[in-house]
Amino acid sequence: MALTTKMSCLYGPRAWAAIAAAMVVVFVIFPLLNLVVPKTSAFYLSDYFVALLGKIMCYAMVALAMDLIWGFTGILSLGHGLFFALGGYAMGMYLMRSIGLDGVYHSTLPDFMVFLDWKAYPWYWTGTEHFWYSALLVVLVPGLLAFVFGYFAFRSRIKGVYFSIITQALTFAFMLLFFRNDTGFGGNNGFTDFKRILGYPIATAETRMVLFVITGATLIGTLVLARYLVRSKFGRVLTAIRDAESRVMFSGYNPLWYKLFIWTLSAVICGIAGALYVPQVGIINPSEMSPANSIEIAIWVAVGGRGTLLGALVGAGIVNGAKSWFTVAFPEYWLFFLGMLFIAVTLFMPKGVVGLVGQLRARHS
Amino acid sequence: MFWDSLKLPLLMRAILIQLLFALLMLAPPVFAVNSETVQKLAFGESDDKVAAVASLVAEGDERAAAVLQALADGELQTAGKRVLIIKGDTALDAITGQKVVPVPTELEDVTANNRLRRELATALAALKLVSLDRSTRLAAAKELGGGAEEAMLPLIKKALASEKDPDIKPMLEVIRATLELKSEDKATRIAAIRTLSLSNNSNAKTLLLSVLEKNNDGSYLEPDEEIRIEAQKSLRSVEGRLAWGDRLGVLFSGISLGSILLLAALGLAITYGLMGVINMAHGELIMIGAYTTYLIQNLFRARIPGVFDWYLLCAVPASFLAAALVGIALERTVIRFLYGRPLETLLATWGISLFLIQTVRTIFGAQNVQVENPAWMSGGMEILTNVVLPYSRIVIIAFAALVLVLVWLLLTRTRLGLFVRGVTQNRAMASCVGVRTPRVDMLAFGLGSGIAGLAGCALSQIGNVGPDLGQSYIVDSFMVVVLGGVGQLAGTVYAGLGLGLLNKVLEGWSGAVLAKIAILVFIIIFIQKRPQGLFALKGRVTE
Repeated sequence: MALTTKMSCLYGPRAWAAIAAAMVVVFVIFPLLNLVVPKTSAFYLSDYFVALLGKIMCYAMVALAMDLIWGFTGILSLGHGLFFALGGYAMGMYLMRSIGLDGVYHSTLPDFMVFLDWKAYPWYWTGTEHFWYSALLVVLVPGLLAFVFGYFAFRSRIKGVYFSIITQALTFAFMLLFFRNDTGFGGNNGFTDFKRILGYPIATAETRMVLFVITGATLIGTLVLARYLVRSKFGRVLTAIRDAESRVMFSGYNPLWYKLFIWTLSAVICGIAGALYVPQVGIINPSEMSPANSIEIAIWVAVGGRGTLLGALVGAGIVNGAKSWFTVAFPEYWLFFLGMLFIAVTLFMPKGVVGLVGQLRARHS
Repeated sequence: MFWDSLKLPLLMRAILIQLLFALLMLAPPVFAVNSETVQKLAFGESDDKVAAVASLVAEGDERAAAVLQALADGELQTAGKRVLIIKGDTALDAITGQKVVPVPTELEDVTANNRLRRELATALAALKLVSLDRSTRLAAAKELGGGAEEAMLPLIKKALASEKDPDIKPMLEVIRATLELKSEDKATRIAAIRTLSLSNNSNAKTLLLSVLEKNNDGSYLEPDEEIRIEAQKSLRSVEGRLAWGDRLGVLFSGISLGSILLLAALGLAITYGLMGVINMAHGELIMIGAYTTYLIQNLFRARIPGVFDWYLLCAVPASFLAAALVGIALERTVIRFLYGRPLETLLATWGISLFLIQTVRTIFGAQNVQVENPAWMSGGMEILTNVVLPYSRIVIIAFAALVLVLVWLLLTRTRLGLFVRGVTQNRAMASCVGVRTPRVDMLAFGLGSGIAGLAGCALSQIGNVGPDLGQSYIVDSFMVVVLGGVGQLAGTVYAGLGLGLLNKVLEGWSGAVLAKIAILVFIIIFIQKRPQGLFALKGRVTE
């Protein structure tokens, strides 16, 4: 695939300006408002809000990954929560080991292992005390799992709802596995009580802001990468696969490698998002792998608008913003709202919010 | 109360109480009880009391039984040196059985601690071995199978001599053998070991193993080699029989789970096969069936408690109708507009499921509700001592079979069935020859949903009923449908029963969670090999 697309082809000048503005907001204005502006000021940005935004940006990355595989390639994964959680667990292993002797039992082992009366780390924890090794795991574990699973699934040409159902089975199986105490990942409590990351205390406003900025940078990087991919010839083949896979095959392309590449990439993006999510939220447990969580990811993308990238960001923002508001204001109505959202979006807004805006604009002009 | 401290089956309690009354009724002082023993029982230390219980059992007559029963019921009381059985307003002398008038005013309870109560329970059981009532003897023999005391040996021998019943006699023989195993006489012991080989009780296995135990230095505790060899032989035969029992148990629970999976997946197979619609709300239709059963149960309990045991007869059609109506409503309002867009249907039905869960939570609360089994469904059929088949599960297996037959008849013998099959095979062609496909869709969706309701009614009898009930079955039912393939009932049947059995067999080896994971992995791999499932409709349709 030749590098035919240049930066200028990715977005028009106005879109680049918007991205630059977003970068200024995330890299300069938010840190200033949170760290420099005094807490009494009306412009002060609370830590809670920073944490919430950081969390939503992680979700937005997952939504981007979902949009690549569902919106552009037509493969609905109901297991993306698994890759997200695996990335989170890989990072969580490092964070657990950096607690050091500060745990409840003051042991070199994490509290849950002391509780299980384990004497040493299991083999798969080897090397996780090194940040870079854990960071490598964040990419490798979801990537490898997705590659192997995807290779076999796509080679047998499993598609449509069948593929969705077996991805759901996959994440369900992993959830059951991680719920076991003997698996060595803390059972249903998962990992929590992190103390520091790379030697810095994890709960201070400064560390949180650094994590926030890194998350923002990664999100924007992911967006540009995704845009590059879908605008390239590769992306056009993906769209062709979505619309008429048989015809793509008759034209001499083998969809296997296209699908496999985008599927694995999508899983890796989720893993990275999970790794950024865990230090900011401070907990990772197997419920992240529940089938319900993974289906919710699909609705973020559907709300925003499939196959638009921007829609993924918008959708993740709207749904998760609504979720944090609802669960505080009317916790009992959140499921009603979410349920109605699923139904309404699929019935009345097949192109999502972004598509709706486009329609309105077309009508006015 | 004594009854509460013992986990006796209800039936046995009833029998004990009746027996007690019977004993008190025919209380003429035919036999007198050894007065020294009764004195020890009333005034002795704990050890004395236990010994007294044992010697009363050895006497084995009905006066002794009355004394023991009175002690167990807290009716044995003392007035000075006299030991009395106080029954309401009347007092009987425990030793002679004579009526005592007037009833002494200053009475003291004879206390029984937990150890004594345990002894009493087995002692009473032993005494009941000579009862005239067959079911009393059977219950007593079962009770003693759990652990008999050496002092009961004469009584058990006595009972054996008069016992004719083919069910009770072998049980007694095993109990006798258990006791005689500790005997001094070699021939008796060998005979006892041989008798034990006929047992299918896990206690017999423990006993035989104890004969074969080794010291720390590797030498056998039992010096006599002949006895050891006999014990080995017996052990093998007992273990073989127990293993068969285990296998039977696994087979049964596998079929039971399979029948539940089948019920849960049958409706899904119809809707998915017909319309290619993945109905994520299927689990919630199951839940609706279960809650309908709960409502009908409450209605029966409040209005017509006399026929409460038959509320299921009303609950089964009601849960079918409730779920079918909800299903038809969903089809008309949502799913109808999404035909040909399976992934969107999946999301929309997921939304419906969230909506239904929250609705039920708002109406009935987030807690589980209680659905009571009818009396005829509680209890179980005991095949071997280590295998009890609960009636509720047997009923559900039969129910699943019945539903399956009805669905099969409906699909193959009726006009609607013909249309459903036609639309499943080729929607466009069916439409061309005049089948009103939208109507068939609606009815078939109602049918599938109604079957989900039936599944919910069945599930309410064996598990918790709560708003999340459906969620725990949805992944499983999909697995059955995906594995079985679409368009033929046979696929669903084989897949449901197969998965149920496989799950239970694996559970025996690796525990429940790993078994479940293994099943999911198995299905994921299986789908690679046969993406269309076990039974695929042959046709020339491409996507």
